[in-house]
Amino acid sequence: MRSRLWAFLVPIVSVVIALLLASLVILFIGQNPITAYQALIRGAFGSKLSLATTIVKTTPLILTGLAVGFAFRAGLFNIGAEGQMIMGALVATTVGINMGSTPAVIAIPLTMLAGMAAGAGYAAIIGFLKAKTGAHEVVSSIMLNWIAEYFATYMVTVPLAVGMGTPKSPEIAPSAKLPPLLTVQATELTSGILVAILAAFVMYIILEKTTKGYEIKATGFNPYAAEYGGIKISQNIILAMAVSGALAGLAGSLEVMGVHHRFLGTLSGGKGFDGISIALIGQNHPIGIIFAALLMGSLRTGSNEMQFVGVPKHIIIIVQGIVIFLVAADRIVRTVLIRKRVKSQ
Amino acid sequence: MENAVEMIDIVKQFPGVLANDHVTLEVRKGEIHAIVGENGAGKTTLMNQLYGLLQPDSGEIKVFGKTVNFKGPRDAISVGIGMVHQHFMLVSNLTVAENVVLGSETMRGIVFDLDRAKKEVKELSNSYGLLVDPVAKIEDLPVGAQQRVEIIKTLYRGAEILILDEPTAVLTPQETEELFEILQKLKESGKTIIFISHKLNEVMEISDRITVMRLGKVTGVLEKKRTNTREIARLMVGREVVFRVKKNPGKFGKTILKVENLWVKDNRKLDAIKGISFHVKEGEILGVAGVAGNGQTELVEALTGLRKPEKGRVIFLDQDVTGKAPRELRNLGMTHIPEDRHKYGLVLQYPAYFNMILGRHFKEPFSVSDFLNQKSIRDFAEKVFKEYDIRPDDIRMLGANFSGGNQQKLVVAREMSAEPKVIVIAQPTRGLDVGAIEFIHNSILKLRDAGVGILLISMELEEIFTLSDRIIVMYEGEIMGEVLPQETTIEEVGLLMAGHRLEEVRGHVS
Repeated sequence: MRSRLWAFLVPIVSVVIALLLASLVILFIGQNPITAYQALIRGAFGSKLSLATTIVKTTPLILTGLAVGFAFRAGLFNIGAEGQMIMGALVATTVGINMGSTPAVIAIPLTMLAGMAAGAGYAAIIGFLKAKTGAHEVVSSIMLNWIAEYFATYMVTVPLAVGMGTPKSPEIAPSAKLPPLLTVQATELTSGILVAILAAFVMYIILEKTTKGYEIKATGFNPYAAEYGGIKISQNIILAMAVSGALAGLAGSLEVMGVHHRFLGTLSGGKGFDGISIALIGQNHPIGIIFAALLMGSLRTGSNEMQFVGVPKHIIIIVQGIVIFLVAADRIVRTVLIRKRVKSQ
Repeated sequence: MENAVEMIDIVKQFPGVLANDHVTLEVRKGEIHAIVGENGAGKTTLMNQLYGLLQPDSGEIKVFGKTVNFKGPRDAISVGIGMVHQHFMLVSNLTVAENVVLGSETMRGIVFDLDRAKKEVKELSNSYGLLVDPVAKIEDLPVGAQQRVEIIKTLYRGAEILILDEPTAVLTPQETEELFEILQKLKESGKTIIFISHKLNEVMEISDRITVMRLGKVTGVLEKKRTNTREIARLMVGREVVFRVKKNPGKFGKTILKVENLWVKDNRKLDAIKGISFHVKEGEILGVAGVAGNGQTELVEALTGLRKPEKGRVIFLDQDVTGKAPRELRNLGMTHIPEDRHKYGLVLQYPAYFNMILGRHFKEPFSVSDFLNQKSIRDFAEKVFKEYDIRPDDIRMLGANFSGGNQQKLVVAREMSAEPKVIVIAQPTRGLDVGAIEFIHNSILKLRDAGVGILLISMELEEIFTLSDRIIVMYEGEIMGEVLPQETTIEEVGLLMAGHRLEEVRGHVS
């Protein structure tokens, strides 16, 4: 129990330290950190619009965070969430465009599942290569990221292209669009957030309550003991990568179905890579990942408001960087915390 | 004759182990001196002190008559000591010449003089028959050649005294022969060689004098000409039996595990098991004796599904189970106490109750329609903890936080409580205290009396003698002979362990 508490204390303390250090930077450039942070909070949560924007930005981050976190629990570093998200979005778009007059009750789950299946299949290639040939997942997933990116660019510039300007696909059928929970001005608060939270819940159940979860975690902790205990390592590697990819693919589907309603060349925009830092901050735990994604999403949304009071929005990149550094080097934070406790005793 | 090395009354204490207990070693100039002893006897610790890697707690070290006080290997190298470690310390993507001069590069002005390095390496390798190509990359060389590079490296640094730590452990028999020729040449040119080994036939072939160690102490210093492998084996394994358990007469059933002409390769793709055959009956303990590294690990892995055999058959419960996966073997009723509890036995990051079901986690009642049944898992763990007296009595504690003895008990308890029909037990008591050893020995005998077929692999001869109903002795992947504990002696088994066949040993006796 205590170790789990520690696991969550470290990221929280890291955020506090990061905000303090960033406020020094703000002071250096001659601004008031309190004003800046007030603007940041206002920008992220201060109005219906800002709240909706924050949630829209958080939704895909939760899913890519879960994708990377799930793979981590199996001892795999899925750096390919970006590519899996692109493939998921692309296939969801293709299916969504062709939904025509299909009723929403069928079109929505079908489109969503198609995107998940694409992500899962794409990630399973990585798992298969690792299980059968020993190819390191980092190398093969980086390669597959590029393949996905160029393939998607080709698809929206040639076969699926519509209109002028930025390469983009046609809109998906109305029945395949996710119904918004709330519409503020032009921003639709998509119901995708509910799907993302549900996904976190499902991941929690799989990891903590099922026999497969036991096997996947054992494989991640100690593959030798897992094999000795009758766990088929290669099977679990492929499965864990597929689940991870399905989550990333779902991130892509939801972006298409709930936000853009079409495939855009810039749709993923590094969110797959953000998943790595989010999984790290969230300590690979589903609940932790939700909050880590919310942190990232709100920092990004709020930073625009911060810009208005004269503090460059890039400050939040400093905050992000310090948080990741401190969580990765959690020994530093633990030492600080233990020192404090010793002193107070 | 002048002594090259004198180590006088050396004491070295590690946490929980007295690695060197007032050890005295004398090595004469120009001789090949072997240090033999079982694993953990303190040979390498002693040599690491001579090479400056460790400092003795007390005692004196003299090199060529002068008292020395090494703070690190650099000091040892400067008085002419060189060491070739068991694991080579070479940079695999550099060439031979580059590796040899690494750390003491010849310079031409400020530029590294590679040509001179190459020339010097060539000269060294020619004069001692150490054949290697100076421009070959280390990664392209076979193990034997890499070892030659290590030797050249020590000579290049001016070594007069060479320490070789189990040099033949990684070599093929041919490579071993080549090494011995090189060692002879080095000796002829006046170098002193200290050779650590536990292979008695090699020791008898190459050395002039032999120091035998056992449990941190020197048990004998022998002239090769006036000794034999039998005497060395006796000094090496000792005689005193430190523990005794009561053993009922055996009631053996039908043959439950049968191995026929099994061939297994090790990680380097060399034959580790060369066509062995044996069988285990219900209610019988078959002990496998042998010095570490003679194929026992590969045998266990092949039997338990962790390694694919090359040839031969394994018959379990009248079924051919050759090459079957661990899960299938477990389902049939074979369990396994592995020799390395950290690598195979436990998921250290899992709580004890999760470790307790590893291997059965997919079966009822622990798994019900693919979901873990937390209650039955915890109840089971609580029960086993009581039964096997695992401490502390906290099933939620992580595997990593238990003491070594209790970790072993966790593994033993899990594998024994799984109601096996056959259990493969490797080194069950390594590193445990006497109380825990006795407990585990009694548990093994209880299983035997319940009719389980048991294969017991151990380096501890006492353990083998105390528990086994029959003993087979392995040497270099072959079975040297099968003996009954009541009809043999420790000396006889020691000879078999050293590579003599039972026929020739019994031939000498009568």
